[in-house]
Amino acid sequence: MKNKEYWFWLCNIHNIGLKKIQAILDLYETPERAFHESEKGLECLNILTDADRLMIRKSKDSAKIQENYAKVLDKGIYFVTKEDSEYPDKLRNIYNPPHALYVRGNLPKNQIGSIAVIGARNCSEYGREVSKYIASELAKAGLQVISGLARGIDGYAHQGALAVEGSTYGVLGCGIDICYPVENFLLYMDMQKEGGVISEYGIGVNPNAGNFPMRNRIISGMSDGILVIEAKEKSGSLITVDLGLEQGKNIYALPGRINDRLSTGCNNLIKMGAKLVTEPKDILEDFFLNYEKFEMDTKKNDKLLETHEKMVYDSLSFYPKHMNEIAGETNFCIYELSEILLSLELKNYIKQVRKNYYVCIP
Amino acid sequence: MFSKAYSASVNGIDGMIVSVEADVSDGLPMFDLVGYLGSEVREARERVRISLKNSGYHLPPKRITVNLSPADIRKEGTAFDLPIAIAILTAFGYIPQKNLAHTLFIGELSLNGDINKVNGVLPIVYTALKQGFTRCIIPAGNVKEGAVVQEMDVYGVSCLKDVIEFLNNDSLLEPYFLDMDELFSNHRGKEDIDFSDVTGQELAKRAIEVGASGMHNILMVGPPGAGKTMLAKRIPTIMPELSFEESLEISKIYSVSGLLDNNQSLILKRPFRSPHHTITSTALTGGGRTPMPGEISLAHLGVLFLDEFPEFNRNTIEILRQPLEENEITITRLQGTFRYPANCMLVAAMNPCSCGHYPNRNKCNCSPNQVKRYLGKISRPLLDRIDICIETLQVNYKDLEEKKVTETSKDIRARVMKAREVQMSRYCNENFNYNSQLTPKSISKYCKLGKKEQILIEKAFTKMNLSARAYHRILKVARTIADLENADDISIKHLSEAICYRSLDKKYWEE
Repeated sequence: MKNKEYWFWLCNIHNIGLKKIQAILDLYETPERAFHESEKGLECLNILTDADRLMIRKSKDSAKIQENYAKVLDKGIYFVTKEDSEYPDKLRNIYNPPHALYVRGNLPKNQIGSIAVIGARNCSEYGREVSKYIASELAKAGLQVISGLARGIDGYAHQGALAVEGSTYGVLGCGIDICYPVENFLLYMDMQKEGGVISEYGIGVNPNAGNFPMRNRIISGMSDGILVIEAKEKSGSLITVDLGLEQGKNIYALPGRINDRLSTGCNNLIKMGAKLVTEPKDILEDFFLNYEKFEMDTKKNDKLLETHEKMVYDSLSFYPKHMNEIAGETNFCIYELSEILLSLELKNYIKQVRKNYYVCIP
Repeated sequence: MFSKAYSASVNGIDGMIVSVEADVSDGLPMFDLVGYLGSEVREARERVRISLKNSGYHLPPKRITVNLSPADIRKEGTAFDLPIAIAILTAFGYIPQKNLAHTLFIGELSLNGDINKVNGVLPIVYTALKQGFTRCIIPAGNVKEGAVVQEMDVYGVSCLKDVIEFLNNDSLLEPYFLDMDELFSNHRGKEDIDFSDVTGQELAKRAIEVGASGMHNILMVGPPGAGKTMLAKRIPTIMPELSFEESLEISKIYSVSGLLDNNQSLILKRPFRSPHHTITSTALTGGGRTPMPGEISLAHLGVLFLDEFPEFNRNTIEILRQPLEENEITITRLQGTFRYPANCMLVAAMNPCSCGHYPNRNKCNCSPNQVKRYLGKISRPLLDRIDICIETLQVNYKDLEEKKVTETSKDIRARVMKAREVQMSRYCNENFNYNSQLTPKSISKYCKLGKKEQILIEKAFTKMNLSARAYHRILKVARTIADLENADDISIKHLSEAICYRSLDKKYWEE
């Protein structure tokens, strides 16, 4: 058996997790030695139960291991261990790095800056627009966008980065071959071209709730900074932030109105010292020392617009606004307004995010 | 001795003349009723016999046979009691046969000889007029309804004895006279609800104005308390006043369903029906063993409002597809085929998600999937029949407080009527009246676009990923908006507004 196959064996024993593997490696140094040693030696490890030892003995079936490993490779999945040079350096430095990763596509490059964009699953229309926008700007500037391929903000961040053909990486909380949630399947496939899909879990592992906090440590570990778009007071995103703080990453947060429940978590982060982000520049200036060429306006040049169009355009923001509200602010009647809105929409200045609700496109 | 009296039954919303023949001959004393009768009609035997006795007429022990002709059509209802009694009395010689000429009888008898109200009087009297009858004798409780047919002498009677005395010229009975002008003028301008009651919601109001002008079906999406129901209830107040013919048509349906009150002769208000979402398909479209008009027919020429649209049973809603297209509903039963008119404006209202508050994330905690699933409950084919779709906004305190001058129903109605006149004159050679009824073929005839407009719609078509159906709907609505301004051609602004009302396309369901 090859070295990788020994690693594969060690990482795939039922009920033997991160800590137990670490204990075994501490004892035998390499998986190969652990495989060939008799069970006697394991008895000195208190962390292992009798059942575990039985499991280990049972699992030492080299033909089956080789067969399973070949299956993984057949599916186009790479198996990267801590020993390999491709293993992300940033990940090595965290408290409990995964012993091995399954990868489809690529792993994030060590020398390029990477940023995690995370947030609530049940996000608002505002959160959706902002996460898409910021992720695309960051990807345009060359950063690697890392997120969790979940519903809501995670998915939109990936979408934003993919829209400008940036590289984006999704870290899964389930087996590498499972796309969860299913509706992100297109993202799952698309991101493998420039970026990649990464998981600590092998083939067929179900998305159990317990896997996700563990996945979060990989998201934070692989990135240099963490941007929280929208988070409630008690949110899974805040776990990632806590882990990131332990790992010494920069924390960025998008501010929100004080009575927006979805922004409470972000506002609290800012209160505790996270960097307030109102435009992509706020993040980019930390990554690039002479940050100038990325200078840009949040709003498009509106000189080309007619006066009426400008009035309507100025009243719009990232917060979706209903036609009634726009009409109230600009004093146009509905049939005048609809004409202006359509013309702006066709000129790509604004966007209808929901029936009769509009936002401006930056 | 043989005698013959005339009566009628209801078929769909039209009357059908039935002749009631009676024969008295020697033999074993018995009383037979024949002619494909429903059980109510068969029970008439007892009612007639006893009410005759209690009215003071003695029936000698003879063999009595009554036949209701045409004998191959099933007869239902209790309206045959009176004509059966009259035919028997005539056969016994109490009334001369010639006195029954050109006279139609309907009425239910009670055991003491009183005559009770029946359903469907208006269509029956109307048919009687067309068939050449000159007088109708109907229950006093229905006389106002029957008297609507002005050319007919309609007599309201309350007991059997009165009828016989009248027929024998022993007493004088005046035909009931109904002052139609007074009836209509009393009603005009008497609405207890008005569009000015609704504050804010300019978009919804404008969309409803367009919808009412071209009879376009509308879907309103919005959080609870946004005023969807309030708006819908006021739609009939901006539709044109009912003309006599329209009123008659609606009243016929209500008469058949037994929904006309005692002292009501005609339905003078445009109907507004809002069935609860637990309604069955039969109640919605009509039907039953003896077919009755359903809610969609009761809303004929008015508004059918379906609140909480996604909560309706899917099968129930699916059934609306055909009547919405053809403006009438055909019900086929063993006894025959019945047609009920169903030309109504469908107004549906729904919440944006199951909790009702999306996209307000402070109140709504539904996941994007839940929202999608909720919206997905509406069937797409039905959505294809809805031309206008708008999202309403929760009313905030400022709007309630601010006393803006809002238009009254009267102002809006004036514009709606003008737009309808334009349509009427344009479609005088067609078999439809409203823009919403345009077929794809007639769209290309009546909704021609200029160069600039074509460029705009082409841009919008590709940018918004519209379907062919959506394209046609936009053109129909744009035609109505142009008609509201009395413009001959559809211009950019009409098109833009129509695009803004376009129905929810799939794109918005996804991201």
